[in-house]
Amino acid sequence: MAEPHQHPEHLWRNPEPKRAYDVVIVGAGGHGLATAYYLAKNHGITNVAVLERGWLAGGNVARNTTVIRSNYLWDESAAIYEHSLKLWEGLSEELDYDILFSQRGVLNLVHSLGDMREGRRRVSANRLNGIDAEWLTTEEVKAFCPIVNTSPDVRYPVMGGTLQRRGGIAKHDYVAWAFARKADEMGVDLIQNCEVTGFDREGNRVVGVQTNRGPIAAGRVGICAAGHSTVLASMAGFDLPIQSHPLQALVSELLEPVLNCVVMSNAVHVYVSQAHKGELVMGAGIDPYNSYAQRGSPHVIEYQLAAAVELFPIFSRAHVVRTWAGIVDVAPDASPILGLTPIENLFINCGWGTGGFKATPGAGFVYAHTIAHGQPHALNAPFALERFVTGALIDEHGAAAVAH
Amino acid sequence: MSRLPEGGRIDRSRPIRFTFNGHPYQGFAGDTLASALLANDIRVVARSVTYGRPRGVFSAGSEEPNALVQVGSETMLRATQLELVEGLAATGLNGRGRLTSDPETARFDKIYAHCEVLVVGGGPPGRSAAQSAARTGDRVILLDEQPLLNSEDSDGLPPNVRVLLRTTAFGLYDQNLVLAAERRGDGGCLWQIRARQVVLATGAHERPLVFANNDRPGIMLAGAVRTYLNRYGVAPGTRAVVFTNNDTTTPLANALGSAGITVAAIIDFRQDQAIVDTDGDDDGLRAIRLAGGDQVECDLLCVSGGFNPADHLYSQAQGKLRYDEQFACFRPHGTLPNVTVVGAANGDFDFAIQPCWLVPGTNGDWSTHFVDLERDVTVADMQHAVNAGMRSVEHVKRFTTIGTGSDQGKTSGINEVGLVGTLTGQPIGGVGTTTYRPPYVPVSFALMAGRNRGELFDPIRLTSIHPWHVAHGAVFENVGQWKRPWYFPRHDEDMEAAVLRECRAARENVAVMDVSTLGKIDIRGPDAVAFVNRIYTNAFDTLKVGFGRYGLMCKADGMVFDDGVVMHLGPDHWLATTTTGGAAAVLDWMEEWLQTEWPELRVRLTSVTDHWSAVAVVGPQSRDVVRTLFPAIAADAQSFPFLAIREGETGGIPVRLHRITFSGELAYELWTPNWYGLALWEAVMAAGQPLGITPYGTEAMHVLRAEKGYIICGQETDGTVTPQDLGMSWIVSKKKPFVGQRSHRRSDTARPDRKQLVGLLPVDSEELLPEGAQVVLEENGSGAVRMIGHVTSSYRSAALGRTFALAMLQSGRERLGTTVYAALNGHIVSATVTEPIFYDKENIRRDS
Amino acid sequence: MLIPCPWCGDREDIEFKYGGAAQIAYPTNPDSADDAAWARYVFFRPNPKGKMAERWVHSAGCRRWFNLGRDTVTHEITSIPDMGQRR
Repeated sequence: MAEPHQHPEHLWRNPEPKRAYDVVIVGAGGHGLATAYYLAKNHGITNVAVLERGWLAGGNVARNTTVIRSNYLWDESAAIYEHSLKLWEGLSEELDYDILFSQRGVLNLVHSLGDMREGRRRVSANRLNGIDAEWLTTEEVKAFCPIVNTSPDVRYPVMGGTLQRRGGIAKHDYVAWAFARKADEMGVDLIQNCEVTGFDREGNRVVGVQTNRGPIAAGRVGICAAGHSTVLASMAGFDLPIQSHPLQALVSELLEPVLNCVVMSNAVHVYVSQAHKGELVMGAGIDPYNSYAQRGSPHVIEYQLAAAVELFPIFSRAHVVRTWAGIVDVAPDASPILGLTPIENLFINCGWGTGGFKATPGAGFVYAHTIAHGQPHALNAPFALERFVTGALIDEHGAAAVAH
Repeated sequence: MSRLPEGGRIDRSRPIRFTFNGHPYQGFAGDTLASALLANDIRVVARSVTYGRPRGVFSAGSEEPNALVQVGSETMLRATQLELVEGLAATGLNGRGRLTSDPETARFDKIYAHCEVLVVGGGPPGRSAAQSAARTGDRVILLDEQPLLNSEDSDGLPPNVRVLLRTTAFGLYDQNLVLAAERRGDGGCLWQIRARQVVLATGAHERPLVFANNDRPGIMLAGAVRTYLNRYGVAPGTRAVVFTNNDTTTPLANALGSAGITVAAIIDFRQDQAIVDTDGDDDGLRAIRLAGGDQVECDLLCVSGGFNPADHLYSQAQGKLRYDEQFACFRPHGTLPNVTVVGAANGDFDFAIQPCWLVPGTNGDWSTHFVDLERDVTVADMQHAVNAGMRSVEHVKRFTTIGTGSDQGKTSGINEVGLVGTLTGQPIGGVGTTTYRPPYVPVSFALMAGRNRGELFDPIRLTSIHPWHVAHGAVFENVGQWKRPWYFPRHDEDMEAAVLRECRAARENVAVMDVSTLGKIDIRGPDAVAFVNRIYTNAFDTLKVGFGRYGLMCKADGMVFDDGVVMHLGPDHWLATTTTGGAAAVLDWMEEWLQTEWPELRVRLTSVTDHWSAVAVVGPQSRDVVRTLFPAIAADAQSFPFLAIREGETGGIPVRLHRITFSGELAYELWTPNWYGLALWEAVMAAGQPLGITPYGTEAMHVLRAEKGYIICGQETDGTVTPQDLGMSWIVSKKKPFVGQRSHRRSDTARPDRKQLVGLLPVDSEELLPEGAQVVLEENGSGAVRMIGHVTSSYRSAALGRTFALAMLQSGRERLGTTVYAALNGHIVSATVTEPIFYDKENIRRDS
Repeated sequence: MLIPCPWCGDREDIEFKYGGAAQIAYPTNPDSADDAAWARYVFFRPNPKGKMAERWVHSAGCRRWFNLGRDTVTHEITSIPDMGQRR
């Protein structure tokens, strides 16, 4: 028996759109809602609309595997994700909503000498950046997560691991609803079933958006629509180096507690945790082709589950009860694009790939700053669109090929 | 006993013993666990997940939300689908599965099948579809999740109809790929069927009615009650009430009567009658209460709230559903290419119904009006969601968890839609359904994994010489899919001692390594030289036939991608070697440029990695081994200089000899067709035996190459490193174009203070820098301090008599001679920055 | 997905590698491209929602590259003018 979750009595109004706002955010996903919240809270900007073509928080924030960590390799990534993690640590209290944030530890398994070098490099960098990180031997991996198969006789034996104890999971929907509720409370209009169909420009300046519910004037506009970033950018008249791919995930039925932490393995492509109610939540690989269909190829799931039972023999008789896909923005360097666009008063937040959920509060925080000031926050300055011209990429591929 | 004296498709001559929750019972062949439990008067099968309420069998199929059981290591099985077998030992669950660490013993297979027509569902519409499709001679597959087709005439199907029973289609993917799970005893088979046409004859699910305390054991779907009576010869109760809003339940009263069950009342919503509450105890239903206040005693309540076409597969494939007012259900609307929906699945119904989405209770309380039995969700939960501001059915689903159980909401999903409509005042059709996702029924991880477990998880690639390595005690390293000897310990030697010994042999004597795993790409055609010239950063048009040259390649972004020696074997004939891990990617890369950008080049590429075995003979005495094996080849430095290639033969083994080195020593790579690999290795060992020839592995190879400052792509490089960063400007041609060249001029890429390859010598010559350690400028680098790079390689060197390392450091070449620090796990090592070459800078040994 | 290889016929997508958008010409003279133009070639590719001209290579089959039309919403294979061509 378990107590059902205690939700607030009221979440949000369902207002009609006004004709003009100081700021319009396109996309009521986790990032869009967090941006609206921080615009109101940190910058006093409350005449804000968040426009959502479907139901709010129905895109990738509703489809991810809820892993939260900040143990990224490069300084720029580590800084923004660590800022985010620090916000996560106070978020339930700040938003007055239990988002089930659980710092149960994120364990990255190592299966080769190359993995080992990469793992040690990341641990070393994390520590110097003030981020908690530990190197675990195979025996320590077994002690920390006893159900991992650490036998030397498997195809790719576990040779150790890295651990971020402050990493963990949260309940994705509740996070989005919590931001939505507080933003709504401060006066932000959350407009659902409102699809942006065009951008109104005066010269090189954006002055509003066209929607299926009529034109809405805006002082500033922030695009925040992972999966559809390039669709909106081309509507607005600029290009992004982003490709949309399906990222599949799955859950099992509810199970008695069996897994006490988040486990990731880049080498055999597993990342898995057990949610509060008991279902195993597992991510699969990115399908290689472009797609907006929110579904992928079944062989990706087959491979994923073969890898899962290889690492966790105890999962053999767990069942998949649902598979799905989100549409993720894939950037050439696997890092986000967050900042100004070639069009005045129009801002972009995209390209988070598989890392968007864990960045939710951090991205909202710096994006709100960027929109409020018309200039990037120090944390997102390196993530400018111009980096693809200068070559100053922040390449997380090399260090974390399939990092989630 | 509630077993009827006769009837049912069970074999009463074959009693079957089983246990439930530890108690022994008996059923018959043909029973499911559910029918056998009902026959034994077991009403409470499980407890609900949140409130711990008693729950009984609710349905007779895969839609079962209540009767979840554990059998050995198998968990969350539906008693309604579990065929009774001798000795079955089941226990009821409380809505959560229990995983066990018992080793997997069952077999799971996969079958890939192709057919013109696949029919999903063996009811009358499915059988008729299969029959007519078979008439054209097409290959037809008919599958059904039951152990037998629910009809007498299944033998009437023609031979070109393949019938798969106990098989549930659970996913319909792009271009008609259907995944289906076949239950086979303890294990199963995953069918992947590609069909030109898919016929969905998946039937419909009955839905319950929503009223107070509608979850008690003894409350069952009306259709399920008929199934237990007719198919299993089981009376699920003694005194029954029927609660319905449609006329499909009309025959039920008769069926109950013939089974000797008293029909205490028929409550028809269409006649303004309703059940407003039920009474019962821990053993289940005792009575119902009517709107007027009357109470009717009963132990069986048959409910029917209408039918929902089972359009999960159709919807998974993006088929659209539309609300049908007449039958109060969502049915297919529009078409899907090459998919037909027939029968009840298409909403082809013939009954009268008055929709009923909820029946108010007597006291304004909604907390026992269960909508989702498996997830224990009530109307009160839905009200909370709607009152909080939620309007979308997807929000309500996520807020309440309706439809997220292992029954995938088969009995709750459409009631949720109706209730959202009712609670928010929206028309049902406007609310729409939630999205259907695969799988239609739960499938075990084991089934999806199939045989791709253990050794078969990923193919293992072995060289022809592998048996020798095994016989000689090699410790192996996984390199991509290859197994490579890591080192060859002697007696009780540890790794460090073995590697030092192997390195010493290569530097002082002669050592031998299996380098067969190197990628090898054969390049032929009149334009081969032009092609090689464009792919690599350095020029090859000056390379004479019979010689090799080291080459480096970049991606379009200018970053180093792979490297290797390229041989010029003959007119229009080249052969490129690649790193072991990069072979496939390099071939793909070359093909892409050749086919898509330079189709005018007359060049053919062939992977010959597995065609050649290769043996590296390394060390000052390697020439003696070569002379012994190939007396006909003039092996002196002038006749067979560095980078030259010779053809030879030893003991009948054809060999191509290359004077190339990855250790900086005098060395030869001997290549032979794979068939001769082991023989050549043994010949080399025999020839070298008087000289004490020593086999060595990848670790010694790494040390040797690092002493010479030779990079390993993927170790010194990580996709962010240019040739210039590696101090290899010498290999970057300024005279000819190559892939990635333009990127080297970008402002960030041309920065002088980029990270550059340097050497590091720990101040304490015994201290080993950890590979991966970040490098800082301050000695007390434990807090947040600026990193200037990281250690890429670090070893103990026998030749240097000390430790050394390679590193990528910001402005590294300007830091030569300075001291830097590296920390890992609180331990700080100071080191002096040096040139990234530690041994034989003048290449005297290489060229000797 | 089932991908129609022009040389081998319909095959499962697992046999192929994806090559992204088709019809992207290599700059005729990379040296004369400014940084922005070069960046466009290296990093920017069309990413349409709907019909897309794209490249695949039958890497576990004939190893040939070819162009294909595909709808990125329905995954339906559609025809494009240079169907089966190599860039």
